[in-house]
Amino acid sequence: MANLKDLRNRITSVQSTQKITKAMKMVAASKLRRAQETAEAARPYVDRMEKILASLSAGMAGQPGAPKLLSGSGKDRVHLIVVATSERGLCGGFNSNIVKAARAKISRLIAEEKDVRIMTIGKKGATSLRRDYKTHMVQHFDMSHVKRLGFTDTEALADYILTSFNQDEFDICTLFYAKFQSALTQIVTARQLIPVSFETTNVVDLGGAAYDCEPDEKEILEELLPHNVGIQLFRALLENAASEEGARMTAMDSATRNAGDMIDSLRTTYNRTRQAVITNELIEIISGAEAV
Amino acid sequence: MAEKLHFELVSPEKLLISRDVDMVVVPGIEGDFGVFIDHAPVVSTLRTGVLQIRHGDDADRILVHGGFAEVNAHGLTILVEEATFLSQIDRAALESRLKDANEDVADAKDEAHLATATKLRDRLAETLAVLDSTAG
Repeated sequence: MANLKDLRNRITSVQSTQKITKAMKMVAASKLRRAQETAEAARPYVDRMEKILASLSAGMAGQPGAPKLLSGSGKDRVHLIVVATSERGLCGGFNSNIVKAARAKISRLIAEEKDVRIMTIGKKGATSLRRDYKTHMVQHFDMSHVKRLGFTDTEALADYILTSFNQDEFDICTLFYAKFQSALTQIVTARQLIPVSFETTNVVDLGGAAYDCEPDEKEILEELLPHNVGIQLFRALLENAASEEGARMTAMDSATRNAGDMIDSLRTTYNRTRQAVITNELIEIISGAEAV
Repeated sequence: MAEKLHFELVSPEKLLISRDVDMVVVPGIEGDFGVFIDHAPVVSTLRTGVLQIRHGDDADRILVHGGFAEVNAHGLTILVEEATFLSQIDRAALESRLKDANEDVADAKDEAHLATATKLRDRLAETLAVLDSTAG
């Protein structure tokens, strides 16, 4: 039977763990609120942008002379997989879910004998992907210095993707991130950045009329498409930030609850042991008295 | 009373304005154009300039930088990278930033630095030039 002192020590240690997880949950909850607000505030821009681009490119797609970002390089041999994860752990299944989705895609592409290159944003995804796909990793971006994500922070990432695309280093680019839905659910999303894909529901119905374009369709698209890559990345990172805090909050909440359960059962064992010790002592005293 | 034009001004950070107005003057790349209700569909990139929003008797003037405008049957949507109300612009602060930017250009060590510094400087200079032309 466990010794009383050991039990007491275990209870205190679980209690202090519970305090930590509880504090982390509170911090995550307040960060979540901010991150969620920013992520939701950014949605209108992306939505409008997609609508405009979808409507414009609907007319341009398939035509000769369409920008490369729209029509692609005409091949699908080299794939760039961009995996956006968090810099910090202890956030439940957040990172592993994103990595799992990316991994599934990567192994499928490798099975199809495509050339896969991996770009990672955030430490957590990089470490777990490096184990299996070390030779495929081409670039890693560390975001740990960023406190509040601004649009300018994503410019370096977009620049890298666009320059390598222009240098024909890859044909198709897919971005993996977790879309924030609620603190309980985050949806891992794979989004093809290059060539851009749009949902057809986004195309605005002009009722037969066409857009008048200044300067002209092609020039606008050539300016907007690279910008769109940056915006998509920015959106993905904002969603990711909110998802991360949400996942952390849920994970820490259940950790706190588990610690509570553990304390309860430890306390029961402790009391039982304590009573057993007292009973033992009583038996010893009584049998001692009877012997006299 | 004629129907109003639905107008939205959006920056990557948030939806800045979303309301019905009488008319908006948009600083398009090929010249300013006014948008009333039932305007033909247009997509245009913007130059750095002043966006004028008329609603009844009041008019808002907003300095915008880098973006584009879209008009469709639902109204006018303007996406910009940066937008500042003209009344909130601090001219002195801008000038001191321009001075700093000029020094940055002079101090730039390598080409990458020079390129970013020059870009920032040109942008500030452009903003100031726009301010001058509207004030004058």
